[in-house]
Amino acid sequence: MKEFKGRVINGGYYKGEAVVSHQGVNTLATFQSSALAHASKVTVADQNNPDIYQKNITGKALCLPQTIGSTTGGMVLQVICSMGINPACMLFSEHIDSLAGAGVILSVVWENSKLIAIDRLGQEFLDTVRTGDTIEVTEDGIVRILD
Amino acid sequence: MAYQYKMKLTDEQKAILEGSQGPVKAKVMETIVRYGDMFEATELVKVTHGQGHLVTSFGLSLLKPVYRTMDELIDAGLKVEEGFTMDPRPADFSNTPCSLIDKLLIKTILYGKQKDYEEQLRKLGLVRDDAFSCACYFDEMGNIPSKGDVLSWAESSAVNYANSVLGARCNRNSGMIDIFGSIIGFVPKFGLLTDEGRKAKWKVIVKTEKKPLPQILGSAIGIKVMEDVPYVVGLDKWIGTELNDECKAYLKDFGAATASNGAVGLYHIENVTPEAVEQGEKLLVEGYREYVIDDEELERVYKSYPNIWKKPEKAGNLAFIGCPHLSKVQLEDWADRIIGAVKAAGRTKVAVDTVLCTAPPVREAFARSPKYAQLIATGAKLTTICPLMYTSNPLTKSKRIMTCSNKLRTYSMARYFKDDELLAIISGKKED
Repeated sequence: MKEFKGRVINGGYYKGEAVVSHQGVNTLATFQSSALAHASKVTVADQNNPDIYQKNITGKALCLPQTIGSTTGGMVLQVICSMGINPACMLFSEHIDSLAGAGVILSVVWENSKLIAIDRLGQEFLDTVRTGDTIEVTEDGIVRILD
Repeated sequence: MAYQYKMKLTDEQKAILEGSQGPVKAKVMETIVRYGDMFEATELVKVTHGQGHLVTSFGLSLLKPVYRTMDELIDAGLKVEEGFTMDPRPADFSNTPCSLIDKLLIKTILYGKQKDYEEQLRKLGLVRDDAFSCACYFDEMGNIPSKGDVLSWAESSAVNYANSVLGARCNRNSGMIDIFGSIIGFVPKFGLLTDEGRKAKWKVIVKTEKKPLPQILGSAIGIKVMEDVPYVVGLDKWIGTELNDECKAYLKDFGAATASNGAVGLYHIENVTPEAVEQGEKLLVEGYREYVIDDEELERVYKSYPNIWKKPEKAGNLAFIGCPHLSKVQLEDWADRIIGAVKAAGRTKVAVDTVLCTAPPVREAFARSPKYAQLIATGAKLTTICPLMYTSNPLTKSKRIMTCSNKLRTYSMARYFKDDELLAIISGKKED
């Protein structure tokens, strides 16, 4: 088991599966197709991100460096949280970026979302965690890779 | 439990947060304060250029939380006192290729909330019915901050231009944060609002033998520096030192490419942009990194762009020019080039559907000129929409869209062509 400590943006408890992107996650490209289709889960549609392309990330722990792309990004996160098809956690290895940060806050303040967000987990976290690993996230920003 | 803020707030700001001006304004303030705390903002500072610019211009049916939030703001009597401009509208049935099925899909499903949403925007402070352009800073659009002004804008290319070319101060805000800051009249002080945050971590040295295409140069820099600030030397040799219309158009396209291929919110061009003129290399941080760009490097970046058309072996069948929107001088130049190239190819019409995109007041003025009639006679169309939103229609995925915009390439399945290559295809001079 390996353990990492990050900064709590929005805390909560989670135990479940990790999905890992080693490159920045383009929020609009990732979520738009599933949201437009009113899908019951997000199947990642970003063809430029082979790490997570076509993977289901709803209810899972999305591990990433930061988000990238359009400044609609924060609002897109708010939308998918309101639809209840968001990842359960967003675990950032770097400082959260302004678009994801806005999305987390919009979701928490305006949608009462329980989306867990932890940042500054470090590059070693992203180098260690693998898609399919079982991880545990606690209120104080500790992330444990159990497998 | 009330939110425990970390930054320094004035008594007025604290009172708003505590609900003195109603619960909705308190929620707006809480959002802004939490956003600032996340980035260790020291305080909220006054928005000195009150006219906002919002990125969310499209009535996508799925944006229900946005419409609900807007209704909450309207019902609470909140609005942007000095008004705001918007990104471009998403659809134009007259000037873009649209089948009956496309129209039905766009009107009823995809952008079915457009009319209702625009009504909300009018109530919240939309300045004019034609105030829809990503280039709100064009003279014809009139949303032009001064050097040092603090803004609450979104739209990555507009924020990038305002920071870099105009010397205003704005972070790369998300949609909704833009209008919240404009309503409250304060934004958190961090990042590009601070002197330290405006310093360059990269020195980019342009050593090309010919004038680099802004779209590829911006792309190369964006991919390299991501969200950092670059200080570019050697470009003034090609674009001059005067911020005239041609130079501003170049920087608009260059900046949009840095913002979309990376996440650049501010760049400095030695001897050209205002802070670089004033401070020169003092803008570089200690221990800055270097990136040398020559013609070979630009060609390497250009060749790395993928072709993700469903049938990549086939020729393109739709060309978009103008993302961000074409300025007046760019529109006139492209019109001249298309008219001339079509004639030189021995044709009367363009060889593929061709759509040019510009701001509504620029289009309106251009439409009164004789050149407009000549351009339209070639079969080319002139629209004011956002081409990116055109590609949000899933039915467009079967089209093979070509563009000379690196932003459109990045966010859609469009394939990038250099200006001259695209012109040759449009005019029928050569096969793709």
